[in-house]
Amino acid sequence: MIPIHDYDLIVVGSGPAGLAAAVSAKKNGVDSVLIIDRDVEPGGILLQCVHSGFGLETFGEDLPGPSYAQRYIQDAELLHIDFLMDTMVLDVTKDFSVTVSNEKFGIQIFLAKAIVLAMGCRERSRAQIHLSGTRPAGVFTAGTAQRWVNVEGLMPGKNFVILGSGDIGMIMARRLTLEGAHVNRVVEIMPYLNGLSRNYVQCLQDYDIPLFLNHTINNIYGKKRVEAVEIVRVDQNRKVQPETAEIIPCDTVLLSVGLIPENELTRKIGVAMDPITGGAMTDNCFETSSPGIFVAGNVVHVYDLVDYVTHDGTIAGEQAARFIQGHRKIHQKRIPVIAEDSLRYVVPQKICPETLQEAEIQLFMRVSFPMEYPVQIRAYSDQGDIFRKTLPYVRPGEMVSIQIPKTAHDLIQASDAIRLQILRKE
Amino acid sequence: MDSYDVVIIGAGVVGCLTARFLSRYQLRILVIEKESDVGAGTSSANSALIHAGYDPVPGTLKAAMNVRGNSMWDDLAGELDFDFERCGDYVAAIGDEEFQKLFVLKKQGEQNGVPGLKILSPDEIRKRIPNINHDVSGALYAPTAGICDTFAVTIAAAENAQANGVVFKFNTCFESFLMENHQIFGIRTDQGDICCKWVINAAGLYADEVMHMAGSHPEFQIHPRRGEYCVFDPACFQLDTVLFPVPSEKGKGVLFFKTTHGNTIVGPTSEFIDSKDDKAVSIQGLQYLEEQMKKIIPAADLRWTIASFAGLRASGNAVCKNRDVDYTGDFIVEADDSIKGLIHCAGIESPGLTASPAIAERVLQLLRDSGLVMIEKPVWNPFRKRRPCFRRLTNEERNQLIAKDPRYGRIVCRCEMVTEGEIVAEIHAPIAARTYDSIKRRTWCGTGRCQGGFDLIRVVDILARELNLSLEKINKKGVGSEFIVSETKNQGSGK
Repeated sequence: MIPIHDYDLIVVGSGPAGLAAAVSAKKNGVDSVLIIDRDVEPGGILLQCVHSGFGLETFGEDLPGPSYAQRYIQDAELLHIDFLMDTMVLDVTKDFSVTVSNEKFGIQIFLAKAIVLAMGCRERSRAQIHLSGTRPAGVFTAGTAQRWVNVEGLMPGKNFVILGSGDIGMIMARRLTLEGAHVNRVVEIMPYLNGLSRNYVQCLQDYDIPLFLNHTINNIYGKKRVEAVEIVRVDQNRKVQPETAEIIPCDTVLLSVGLIPENELTRKIGVAMDPITGGAMTDNCFETSSPGIFVAGNVVHVYDLVDYVTHDGTIAGEQAARFIQGHRKIHQKRIPVIAEDSLRYVVPQKICPETLQEAEIQLFMRVSFPMEYPVQIRAYSDQGDIFRKTLPYVRPGEMVSIQIPKTAHDLIQASDAIRLQILRKE
Repeated sequence: MDSYDVVIIGAGVVGCLTARFLSRYQLRILVIEKESDVGAGTSSANSALIHAGYDPVPGTLKAAMNVRGNSMWDDLAGELDFDFERCGDYVAAIGDEEFQKLFVLKKQGEQNGVPGLKILSPDEIRKRIPNINHDVSGALYAPTAGICDTFAVTIAAAENAQANGVVFKFNTCFESFLMENHQIFGIRTDQGDICCKWVINAAGLYADEVMHMAGSHPEFQIHPRRGEYCVFDPACFQLDTVLFPVPSEKGKGVLFFKTTHGNTIVGPTSEFIDSKDDKAVSIQGLQYLEEQMKKIIPAADLRWTIASFAGLRASGNAVCKNRDVDYTGDFIVEADDSIKGLIHCAGIESPGLTASPAIAERVLQLLRDSGLVMIEKPVWNPFRKRRPCFRRLTNEERNQLIAKDPRYGRIVCRCEMVTEGEIVAEIHAPIAARTYDSIKRRTWCGTGRCQGGFDLIRVVDILARELNLSLEKINKKGVGSEFIVSETKNQGSGK
């Protein structure tokens, strides 16, 4: 027989989203909350983010990742939230049964009244970007290098080339330089930065690490360990220009080429997914298409600030509490939110009109390409214009977040669907 | 000087199966391998297919070895306990011209002695493979074709051979023969001389060079032919069979095949290259795969790729010994013309894996014919048991296993659900996994969507702990492929 245990709420993942959801559920009156995580310590990827820049929005303080996580871990402990660490979740079902495995107890089943999925995201791998060349040791994702350096105290190379201008790649460029390694350059295939501009300034410019836009790695050389890479310029169609090839000797290639929400469990449950974000379709309460299954954090879409993750995790936890307490109506009407034109996606993809009065609703979106000029985000429906917001510029690397003004609530409630578009501000 | 009766050069599938078959007899047998693991060359990257045998030209050694080999796999899989499934395969024709070729192929198969070949109507093949190109004009179905876990075959054969007394020496590279009067009395390796009377050349891509060391067949050359493959995410696409295009003069073409691990793979490309160890993948290769695969399954999409790899075929230029057949590129499985005690297995490209047990059987016959006295051991164990695989157990079975060894409860690779217990078991197995890639081939750890994103760091830790080595010594595929170069200035913040 497989041992079975009961909890009110189970949270999968102990990163910032899971911690925030658990804490907020407990604060909202849920009796028993269990957080399950595959790592040995709670905190998720924050534990390897020893740089600062966390918490400015939430605490008005500039904290390193582990300290930010610690505040929520402390809260969770004070609130008597249970942790089951070093444990892999094998399966989650629509009716809230969670099968796990660990060394101590083997396979166990937990039954709950609601679930929050907060598994975070993973890094895109070499094969997904079809990188040519041999397959030696020394090609790592930036996050793998980050864990080795910051948690395990190990250096995975001496002479680096970083592919992709994602935030972890730029942060690692600085970290590796401080550790005495040489970072030859960061190359980015797109004509613009993929991560935050502040990371470009603080991590690359301040350390004289060159960034090559419109460049990529065309080949990796080396049989046992990376020996060199061929770097080429690409044209506006991302086509390689062979005459620009340059061989750069190095022993390590770090990949910082995008993050993918980690949704294996979510897919297994069978909830509706958004092909663009790679996460579940969610409403503004972070409930999926399956009642009582909530999602929080990077498992929904990749955020650029942990503070927003915490904010949304808190909502997910609060709404999970309402669901458990029977205050959340099932099959309530949901209004679709649709991103158009150069807006790549919007989260949440649906709004529950009933909740409009309860909380402020924030919409997160990303654009397909940079617009270095004033733009206007326009929300409209069959009812006409709902609201507009002007921004000085928008960039794919920087998430756009808009709070729906209270004055728009009536119009939203009357709408069939809310459409968002981005316009050049005249 | 170490002394053996028989030395086998190369621990690929041919070398290991030959060792395993030979281990039945009262002989001192040594297998030497230049890499740090078995199956690290050609056997490490191929289509893992057990071909029915309709492809090779009738009358060639390839055809005979293919069909004989094919019939041996059920027993082999039963005794050595590796995954093997006779799932059958299809050759799909598009258009009338290709449809006519199916009959040629069928006739060729029947001449080779392949049982059960059948031509299917377009409706029938569309019913069996719904996402096939709708212009399909028919298909050849071969029920005896199959798939296997190609890594497990070599490992299982080596383990069984070792259990029956065969010695394996890794990181040991053949250099030359020690001969007198056209008779071998030993070999020289980079690890010293070894005394022996009989040598089996199963050196894969290097079999020509070993042959030339003995002064035989200077005209024989192995020209490596690279094949690139893409592995698809099973969540995006799964094909429950093996699907070929109609073959051309360039070979069997780009096929889709399912693996025993549940992935579908598309490949290979076919490109002659100069280097015998250049397993690079390329954008050009991928583009070729994309073009070709869409001809049979138009919806196939390279964005489904979770891994790509390349293998090298040991393509030789041996002329078929059968004078009635005009064919170049046949297998060589023969006793050396002038040197007594030397057997060559060379030019073993596709269908080499399928043929490997038949080749081993033939090597035994050649040894006997050239005078080796082979007396059966009073006790020989033909069986080898696989180690537990968490992914395939029921939850009740898992808990029984975890109760005995808790490390089976700790999952190190989430995508493929591989536990620490399985990894540790492979590190301490008879043919031990001592590198990351060796663990990957044995457990399937790190082969899923995240491609080692989660497990790599953990497996490196486990290897260091179990082998009692520093982390800087742990490598991907032998010395020189280490992951870690040093400690940081402050040796980390955590542990």
